[in-house]
Amino acid sequence: MLNTLVKPAQPNMYRYDEFDAQFVGERVNQFAGQVARRLSGELTEDQFKPLRLMNGLYLQLHAYMLRIAVPYGTLSSKQMRKLAHIARTYDKNFGHFTTRTNLQFNWIKLVDVPKILRELADVEMHCIQTSGNCVRNVTADQFAGATDEEIEDPRPLAEIIRQWSSLHPEFVFLARKFKIAVGATEKDRAALLYHDMAVQIVKNAQGRVGYKVFAGGGMGRTPYIAHVMSEFVEREDILAYLEAVLRVYNQDSRRDNIHKQRIKILINAIGPEEMRRRVQREFEELKRMGTLQLPKDELDRITAYFAPPRFEAGLSDTLPEAGADFANWAQTNVYKHKAPGYAIATITLKTPGQVPGDATSEQMDAIADLMDQFSLGEVRVTHEQNLVLPHVRKTDLPAIYAKLKELDFASPNAGLITDIIACPGLDYCDLANARSIPIAQKIAKRFENLDRQHEIGELKIKISGCINACGHHHAGHIGILGVDKKGVEFYQLVLGGSGAEDASIGTIMGPGFGEHEIADAVERVVNVYLAERKDGERFLDTYRRIGMEKFKVAAYKEAVAA
Amino acid sequence: MTKLIKSGAYAQDIFAPVADDAALPEGAVIVSLGRFQKDREALLARNTPIGIRLQSSENPELLGADVNHFSLIALEFPKFRDGRAFSWARMLRTRLGFSGEIRAVGDFLFDQVNYQHRVGFDAWEVPDHFTVEMFNRALTEMTNVYQPSSDGKKTIRELRAGG
Amino acid sequence: MLTANRLRDGDVLYRKGDGWVPMLADGETYADQAQADAALAAATAELVRNEFVAPYLFEVREVNGKIRPVKEREIIRAAGPTVHPHTGKQAGQI
Repeated sequence: MLNTLVKPAQPNMYRYDEFDAQFVGERVNQFAGQVARRLSGELTEDQFKPLRLMNGLYLQLHAYMLRIAVPYGTLSSKQMRKLAHIARTYDKNFGHFTTRTNLQFNWIKLVDVPKILRELADVEMHCIQTSGNCVRNVTADQFAGATDEEIEDPRPLAEIIRQWSSLHPEFVFLARKFKIAVGATEKDRAALLYHDMAVQIVKNAQGRVGYKVFAGGGMGRTPYIAHVMSEFVEREDILAYLEAVLRVYNQDSRRDNIHKQRIKILINAIGPEEMRRRVQREFEELKRMGTLQLPKDELDRITAYFAPPRFEAGLSDTLPEAGADFANWAQTNVYKHKAPGYAIATITLKTPGQVPGDATSEQMDAIADLMDQFSLGEVRVTHEQNLVLPHVRKTDLPAIYAKLKELDFASPNAGLITDIIACPGLDYCDLANARSIPIAQKIAKRFENLDRQHEIGELKIKISGCINACGHHHAGHIGILGVDKKGVEFYQLVLGGSGAEDASIGTIMGPGFGEHEIADAVERVVNVYLAERKDGERFLDTYRRIGMEKFKVAAYKEAVAA
Repeated sequence: MTKLIKSGAYAQDIFAPVADDAALPEGAVIVSLGRFQKDREALLARNTPIGIRLQSSENPELLGADVNHFSLIALEFPKFRDGRAFSWARMLRTRLGFSGEIRAVGDFLFDQVNYQHRVGFDAWEVPDHFTVEMFNRALTEMTNVYQPSSDGKKTIRELRAGG
Repeated sequence: MLTANRLRDGDVLYRKGDGWVPMLADGETYADQAQADAALAAATAELVRNEFVAPYLFEVREVNGKIRPVKEREIIRAAGPTVHPHTGKQAGQI
C-alpha cells in the first residue's frame, strides 16, 4: 500500500530527455510491429527470435520470460512501483532480480509485451538488448555514489557506455552476448574480471583519472579471468578504445561453434598480446578519425545527473542501539557511507527458505515506500540478487530494519553462507539440467542458525542449474553446478572461486551429489574449514592455503557418490 | 528470385555473377575472391566494371590495393546471425576508402537493413516479397542514433549540443 | 508425446489428435517412434498457422497406471515450478 504520508522522492540519476524518450518510444513501436508480423505469420519464429531476444523476451519452460534492464542497478521509487504494477497486472505477482542486476518476469504473454513496454517507457525503462548477441546491460558497483572507496562514481561512464552501445549498427549481430561492467574501487563488488569487457576507473602516477580496460573474462562452459587490454586509457579516448575491442571481436571471433564464440575464447586463442595489438590498431585509427572522442563537457554533463544528493549535516554518526536483532543485522548489512551520519543498507532477498532474489509486488511497493522515506527515492540491485538502499541516515536504520522485518527481508546475512546466489534453474529455465532454487533453500535452512553463520563468516555459495553458469558457480567460494545424470539431478561441488578483485576460478571437486545429499556435503566441507582455519581466515583463504584434498575426503565420506 | 534495391527504389543489376570455373562473359561481372586472385590480371585488364562477392569470413583487407578497382563489393550474410559484414562494410568505407557500391546479399532480415545502411551498405539484394515500401519503412523506424557510423548521421549527442 | 508452446501466450501445450490440450494427462501418447515422428511432422507442417511454436517429442512411461514423463524437465514443464506450487498447471492455472 502506497504510504501517502511520504512524497515520492526523485533520486539523482540519469533522466531521459526528449531524444531518449523518443528512442525508446520508437523502439517499442518497432517491436509492436514485429509482434504483429509474427502473429500474422509474415515473420517465422526463426526470423522473429533474434528480434524478440534483443527486446529481452525469451521462451522458457512454462511461458515467455521478459527481462527488464536496470542500468547499472539503479532504480527510482517510481520505477520500482511500476515494476510492482507490471508484476500484478501482467504476471503472477512477483519478479526476480538477476545476477546482471536486471529484473525478470516469468509468466509473460507475447501479446501483452507491447503494452508492457509502453508502461515501462512511461517510467524511463526498457528491455533493449537484455538478451541477444549484442552488448547487454552495463553493470557497476552497487555502492556507487555512496562509498568513500571509489575514485569517482562509475555510473556516469556506465551511462555513456549504455547510450553508445544502444542499437550500435555494427555490433547488434555479434558472435555471442557481450557483457560490460564498470568499477571505481580497489574492492571489486561487480565481478569485473568475469566480464567480456570491464573498465576500472583508476589514477595514474601523475594523479590523472583514466580507465584501465580488461577483456576476455567470462563464466559459462569455460570460465576465464579477464586480461588487461590497456593499463590506462585517457578519458576522452574511452569510447574509441571500447569500440576498437568490439570491432576486433566482431571481425575475428569464430562463428562456427556456438560454444566457442565469446571474446574469452578469441583472446585465449590468439593470446592477450596479439589481442592488444589488434585493438591498438583499430583504436589509433578511431582516435585519428575523432568521431568517438568523448569531450570533457559531455562527461561533465552526464556526471551532473549523478551529483551526490544534499546530505544533511549535523546528524548523529553513531549506530543506534535498538536491540540484539538489529545489532546483528547492522553488523552484516550496513556498510560505511562517505557522508557522516549516513550508511549504506543492504536488503538481502535471502531469508532462509525464500527463493533467492525474488520479490512479490507487495514487497516491491513496500520497498518503494522505504526508498522514498529513507533513501532519497533510490535503490540499487546487486549482482548477488540483493537490493541496497544507498543513502540512509544512521538514525533511521532501526525503523528501516523494523519495516524489513515486516517484509521478511530482514535476514542479517549479507555475505554470509545463507546469502546464496541461485539461477532460476530447471524450475523455470529452458536451458537448465537441474533445479537450483530448492538447493539454495535447503542449504540456507541448514545453516540458518545465526550464531553458526557468524562463526563461519564470509562464505559465498553460488548455484547454477547448468553449464551456462548464470548462477556464477565458477566464482563461488563454494560453487554448485547442477547436472543431469541419466535423468536424475546431481550437484557437483566447485571450491575456491572468487568474483572479487582476487578473482579465481573454482576447482571441481569430483562426482556430483544427489539432491538429498548436497546439503550434507556442503556441511562437511564447511566443517573442514572450521577445523582447519587459522588467524581469521575466511573459507576462501583456508581453501587457498590447504587445497582441495581434505575437503574432498570429508565430502565423499558418507555420500553415495554418483 | 531476388531483386535489387538501391537509393530507395528497384534497380537493374548490371553485374552478371560468374561461377569460379565458368568463362568470363562480356560486360560487368561479379566474381568470388578466389576467382579474382586466380584471374586478377585478366579481370583488371577489362574495360568493364568488376564486382567481387566476399564471404563473411573474408576480410576486405585481402583485396589490398585493388579495392578501388571494384565498382561493386557484395558482402555475404550466410545466415542473418553472422554479423561480420557490418564491420567489413564499415572498414570499406573508412580505412579502405571504398566509394563504390556495397551490396548486402544472402540471408538478412528486414530489421537489419537500417543497421546495414548506417555502416555503409547502399544496395540490397532482396527476395521478391521484400518491397520498396518495406525497405523505406525499415530506414525510418528509428529517427535518431546514439553513435556515429559511416552514414555520417548526426548523433543524439550532436543534436543535444544544437548541432 | 508431443509438446509445444502457444505462440500468443507461451502456454505449454500437448498434442491430442490434430489439436492441442493444456494438460499432459489429456495428451496423446505414441506407441512407437514412427507414429511419434509422423505426429511431429504433421505439427511441423502446421507451424505456418502461427498458433504454436517449437514442437518437440519427449519420452513418457507408465507409472502406477499414470502417464509420466521420463525427464525431470518435462515433469516440471507439465506441472509448473516446484518452488512456486501456487503457479502453473499444478495450481489449476491452465
